[in-house]
Amino acid sequence: MFGKLTWDAIPWHDPIIMITGAIVAFGGLVLLGLITYFGKWKYLWTEWLTSVDHKKIGAMYFIMGLIMLLRGFADAIMMRTQQAMAANDAAGYLPPHHYDQIFTAHGVIMIFFVATPFILGLMNVIVPLQIGARDVAFPFVNSLSFWLSAVGAALVMVSMFVGDFAATGWVAYPPLSELGYSPTVGVDYYIWSLQISGIGTTLTGINFIVTILRMRAPSMKLMQMPVFTWTALITNILIVAVFPVLTATLALLAADRYLDMHFFTNELGGNAMMYINLIWIWGHPEVYILILPCFGAFSEIIATFSRKPLFGYASMVYATSSIGVLSFFVWLHHFFTMGSGANVNAFFGIMTTIISIPTGVKLFNWLFTMYRGRIRFHSTVLWTIGFMVTFAVGGMTGVLLAIPGADFVLHNSLFLVAHFHNVIIGGVVFGCLAGMTFWFPKVFGFTLNEFWGKVSFWCWLVGYWLAFTPLYILGFRGMTRRMNHYDIPGWQPYLVVALVGAIIIGMGILALIIQLVVSIRDREKNRDLTGDPWDARSLEWSTTSPAPFYNFAHVPEITSLEQHWDDKISGRAGVKPLHYEDIHMPRNTAAGVLISGFSLILCFALVWHMWAIALISLAATIGTFIHRSYNRDVDYWVPAAEVARLESNRYPEKQEA
Amino acid sequence: MDTSTTNIPSPSHGDHAHSHDDSRNTVMGFWLYLMSDCLIFSVLFATFGVLAANTAGGPDGRDLFKLSYVAGETLILLITSFTFGMAMIQMHAGAKSKVILWLAITAAFGAAFIAMEIYEFAELLHEGAGPGRSAFLSAYFVLVGTHGLHVTAGLMWLITMIHQTMTYGLDGIVRRRLACLSLFWHFLDLVWICVFTFVYLRGML
Repeated sequence: MFGKLTWDAIPWHDPIIMITGAIVAFGGLVLLGLITYFGKWKYLWTEWLTSVDHKKIGAMYFIMGLIMLLRGFADAIMMRTQQAMAANDAAGYLPPHHYDQIFTAHGVIMIFFVATPFILGLMNVIVPLQIGARDVAFPFVNSLSFWLSAVGAALVMVSMFVGDFAATGWVAYPPLSELGYSPTVGVDYYIWSLQISGIGTTLTGINFIVTILRMRAPSMKLMQMPVFTWTALITNILIVAVFPVLTATLALLAADRYLDMHFFTNELGGNAMMYINLIWIWGHPEVYILILPCFGAFSEIIATFSRKPLFGYASMVYATSSIGVLSFFVWLHHFFTMGSGANVNAFFGIMTTIISIPTGVKLFNWLFTMYRGRIRFHSTVLWTIGFMVTFAVGGMTGVLLAIPGADFVLHNSLFLVAHFHNVIIGGVVFGCLAGMTFWFPKVFGFTLNEFWGKVSFWCWLVGYWLAFTPLYILGFRGMTRRMNHYDIPGWQPYLVVALVGAIIIGMGILALIIQLVVSIRDREKNRDLTGDPWDARSLEWSTTSPAPFYNFAHVPEITSLEQHWDDKISGRAGVKPLHYEDIHMPRNTAAGVLISGFSLILCFALVWHMWAIALISLAATIGTFIHRSYNRDVDYWVPAAEVARLESNRYPEKQEA
Repeated sequence: MDTSTTNIPSPSHGDHAHSHDDSRNTVMGFWLYLMSDCLIFSVLFATFGVLAANTAGGPDGRDLFKLSYVAGETLILLITSFTFGMAMIQMHAGAKSKVILWLAITAAFGAAFIAMEIYEFAELLHEGAGPGRSAFLSAYFVLVGTHGLHVTAGLMWLITMIHQTMTYGLDGIVRRRLACLSLFWHFLDLVWICVFTFVYLRGML
């Protein structure tokens, strides 16, 4: 019945895990207790968990990302502490097997359950608003996508307390990830959490391509879409093109582990390098999936706060598209040392350097946007400038690594670790936090505290440079990644500096939390009554803050690229319409939560080889889906009178402000 | 697909530019899904291509495949493409009971295909040529088996649609779903033709 699951699966002997587990359990109970005490279950269920409103789903993605950021950061600080301690005779405080799980979990969590939810959250919140749509093309699928991602995150969290997590590194290379070398359930948790969240991401990709191509305000041409929407379109095309590859690759690894097959094993004709090729055919476009929407967010922010149209809109679109295409031709640079020969390596090295050109185009576009602009140094602008400086350095070290000869030396060293943190923190994290600050009022109706936002920025910026510059140097000195212990005393001072940097980043995260708390406390003071707190340029700022559930009372007419800005100039913005029409909206549904709940049980059962439970929950998952297909009451009409009432409640405020 | 399936006015409010159940959006989304599924098969075909020679001293395709049997499977599956086409023609004609009949025939042939595949797999296992024998056989079983799983999912969908056609008649939603299922079914036939060519025929060379 319970397969491999026994009481021994819980790591009783490990005080670090047990204390963390106790704190998490206690915190969870307090949270559940508070929800019950305040009688908020019904509100939570009807307004959030079953919601198909893209703005709420976007907010939930962000909440999930922030929670997982805490977990991923806890892993990071543990690693930095271990490495700062474990020189020569000192063993540090983390045994190797635990340390290996931590660096694996850190990578998996930060990419799949922090960066990806942030990106999907941003797209959810912004894209329909920017194109004048009332929702995404498939609202139920959108809800399902979110909950499937949440299941993936939940599985990773469960793995800490029940069983263990993969100790293989975040891409789980075989043969190490094969049953012979990783006999515990760690890799199985890895496989199923990524499979389930990957399916969610693929569905989001399909959903948003259709949304962007088919749900735009009827008069909006492709070259009138805001740049963020363009980057979202390219990102979603990449998602649909590469996440199936991840799904198939992990399925093959699962076949090796569960069905005794030999795709990537050392024995009977398996080929481990095939896994490594396949995983990076997904993995390299994945980093562009993460960074492109951030480029879009920076573009919107820098144009708004420079009070100028974005410089080189068309070149931005073409640069984004060419990055999208080129991202498929660089995967081999992750393993130049495979031995594919000089010509193959040269091709991928050259392609990798070429892909930095469109990125350079973007950087110059942002600079020219700022040039002679009236720049306001809002915290989002600080994030943007911090990004431009940091990311440019990350790009340059990337070009350095793109040279196969140099890569042979730096491969798997801390130089590489520093490089990708340079671009991921400096690009994706800065971009998502800037985007969160920028669009927060559109979802919640009040702006975030500026002081704590700026504190957070400076901590992140200084912390990043302190934490990772030493790693660049250590990479040159030959320190490889993922070391639990080292016996070269000269490395230790650098690792201590890196720890200090990580602590400062931690203060940045703390400032972020304080920023959220303070802003929620002062929300009445910081209400955005105008709907346009930044004097911005694109369509989402033409509706009220928070945007009503139907986004726009009237589908906007599009005549120019910066519709809202032009409307403000010509005095058409904020004019109250004379009459309203009925609005067609999707109904909330519990199907997404239920299907995901059953698939959580399914994945957990698969991890522990509980075949009966797996079969039942698979049937329940499919059954719920089929049951949903019999539900014909999936949408409704908001009568024009109701729209008029809701709008007239908002207009007086808007006019006053 | 015939575009006449896609312009179904919403019952109460006529044609609305921003309807959420706009059939054209669904069909487009479904095409995108099919392309993503196509990529899963691409990975499996590529994997099979890489591993086809890695028999690890075990049997290869020439030892194992019975071409006439597989040709029979192929014929059965191609017949389902025809029968599904008939169902769609009847759907456009609005002939509900004929739609159900042709869908049922399609399901019957689809089930026969799956039964033949299971028998084929069982025989291979019986001969000691299971998926654990070599990388070649792993790749073979997963590629052909993934197609089989898709057909099985298609069968469940077919049965659901037969029931929905009986329950709701040929209304907009049922037509839209049948259009998607039809795409799915023909897609699987297309994949099978590739399987037949690159796995079985190439294996016999």
